[in-house]
Amino acid sequence: MSIRVAKTGNEAVAEAMRQIRPDVVAAYPITPQTEIVQLFSGFVANGLVDTEMVTVESEHSAMSATIGAAAAGARAMTATSANGLALMWEVVYIAASMRLPIVMPVVNRALSGPINIHCDHSDTMGARDSGWIQLFSENAQEAYDNVLQAVRISEDPNVLLPTMVTMDGFIISHAMEVMEMLEDEKVRQWVGEYVPLNPLLDVENPVTMGPLDLFDWNMEHKRQQAEAMVQSKPVILQVAEEYAKLTGRRYSLFEEYKLDDAEIAIVVLGSTAGTAKVVADNLRQQGVKAGLLKIRVFRPFPAEEIANALKHLKAVAVMDRSDSFNAVSGPVFAEVRSALYGIANAPIIVDYIYGIGGRDVKPDHIESVYNDLAQIAAQGKADRLLTYLGVRE
Amino acid sequence: MAKLLEIRWHGRAGQGAKTAALVLAEAAISAGKYAQAFPEYGPERMGAPMVAYNRISDEPILIHSHVEQPSVVVVLDPTLIYAVNVKAGVPDDGIYLINTPLSPAEMRERLGLVGTDAKVYTLDATQISIDTIGRPMPNTPMMGALVKALGVISLEQLIEDTKIKLSYKLRPEVVEKNVEAIRRAYQEVAS
Repeated sequence: MSIRVAKTGNEAVAEAMRQIRPDVVAAYPITPQTEIVQLFSGFVANGLVDTEMVTVESEHSAMSATIGAAAAGARAMTATSANGLALMWEVVYIAASMRLPIVMPVVNRALSGPINIHCDHSDTMGARDSGWIQLFSENAQEAYDNVLQAVRISEDPNVLLPTMVTMDGFIISHAMEVMEMLEDEKVRQWVGEYVPLNPLLDVENPVTMGPLDLFDWNMEHKRQQAEAMVQSKPVILQVAEEYAKLTGRRYSLFEEYKLDDAEIAIVVLGSTAGTAKVVADNLRQQGVKAGLLKIRVFRPFPAEEIANALKHLKAVAVMDRSDSFNAVSGPVFAEVRSALYGIANAPIIVDYIYGIGGRDVKPDHIESVYNDLAQIAAQGKADRLLTYLGVRE
Repeated sequence: MAKLLEIRWHGRAGQGAKTAALVLAEAAISAGKYAQAFPEYGPERMGAPMVAYNRISDEPILIHSHVEQPSVVVVLDPTLIYAVNVKAGVPDDGIYLINTPLSPAEMRERLGLVGTDAKVYTLDATQISIDTIGRPMPNTPMMGALVKALGVISLEQLIEDTKIKLSYKLRPEVVEKNVEAIRRAYQEVAS
């Protein structure tokens, strides 16, 4: 029996961390992630977990201490947002290349400047090539479920990569919703006892971690890191399968919503997927064959699977909640369009950059995208590749 | 109950609009419904006008945008009706609950709603909170009044969830005073 509760996204993730009982959490507060660290440090202070809580002076130190703990053989976690992730940058890459199974919730927030505390995906999109697995969440339930699954994915011997679990800042992190939690004991069994592969504290079997690695072997190690990302995909699916047995909630690489018989669809990540489902439902009642594909796993990018799910459509709009400033498109569009390249009769694909700096995404905005798609499908061509949605210009 | 009930709270930062929205959502969820509660965050400072929202439904709520057309508006600070447009997006038969010593008829006139289908409720929540809690915290009594006006959550459900929520931060005797404020508001709200 799971427990039906009212939680904000931040509360849900803090509860997941309490139930996981990591050996070490090193974290620094930053809006809108602050509440996770505040609540978790409360759990430590009240003796609900025996985690070693390291209160550091910056995010660079938070990730460094987490890496040190993970290398020593601890199950280690941290959490951050936006500029905090940016300050971690150097060590974020090191966590991945040292193959440390760290799980880090990231509460999506716009990167400065101008300074802004609200949601967009510029923080984690910037880290998409850092070697971390990235799981996106639509709501508090998914953030909770993704954190619990991330531990098993990261620690799998065929993977050993760190995982970021995202949720939309304020929209999810500070919004209370209904969700289901597992009992503490079930989570304890789910994550299991952590057995590190080559811990530094195993003095009987001394190892060196993170040494100098030049042109003689560096490329082989990078190739292994790339292979680990390939190997993570079946593990993500296997863990999802086991999680479905435990909870009844089924996850995959992405969610297909009314896509089978759709003619037009949008591709989206995060909380906007929920709003878009409501719009798609309304359009369906008017006879419009609208569908949706919500990406859950952005790294590894499920290119082939997404192409298969989209190839029968007439027109597709990708929703990007960050800009690449590459004078072409946002980052998600580049990936999805690349996935569709070379497929015969592939759908016409366009990009919408939306919701920057927390700009509210109204159902009307989403409906206008579907209306554009209907027109593109009817014309057989798109007049432009990229549209900034809901901007004044 | 309507398929999706949307509520907008107007308050000044520090008056507890966010907490009220959270407690209301918890009470709705405890009663087996689906609900959301979320504040609209800005550059917050004590006393600045702010809004918080609720959505309540018998079905799962997927939408994650701001509430644009609330059928219910709650105003925690009477001066806000001159500072912000509390009627923005509200349908003609919307429900207004205002913290004020004025009667519903007087408030209807001030809001420019005479002759409309709008329902106007008033409650002197500031006075009730001073009488019971000992300081002006209108959010707690306004929850009691709102539960009466809506009729979708029971008074006892609200009291139970208020006790749980407030007991994290407040001493038991202060929690009891808040409960007393809710009970009085439930009785005294006028329409």
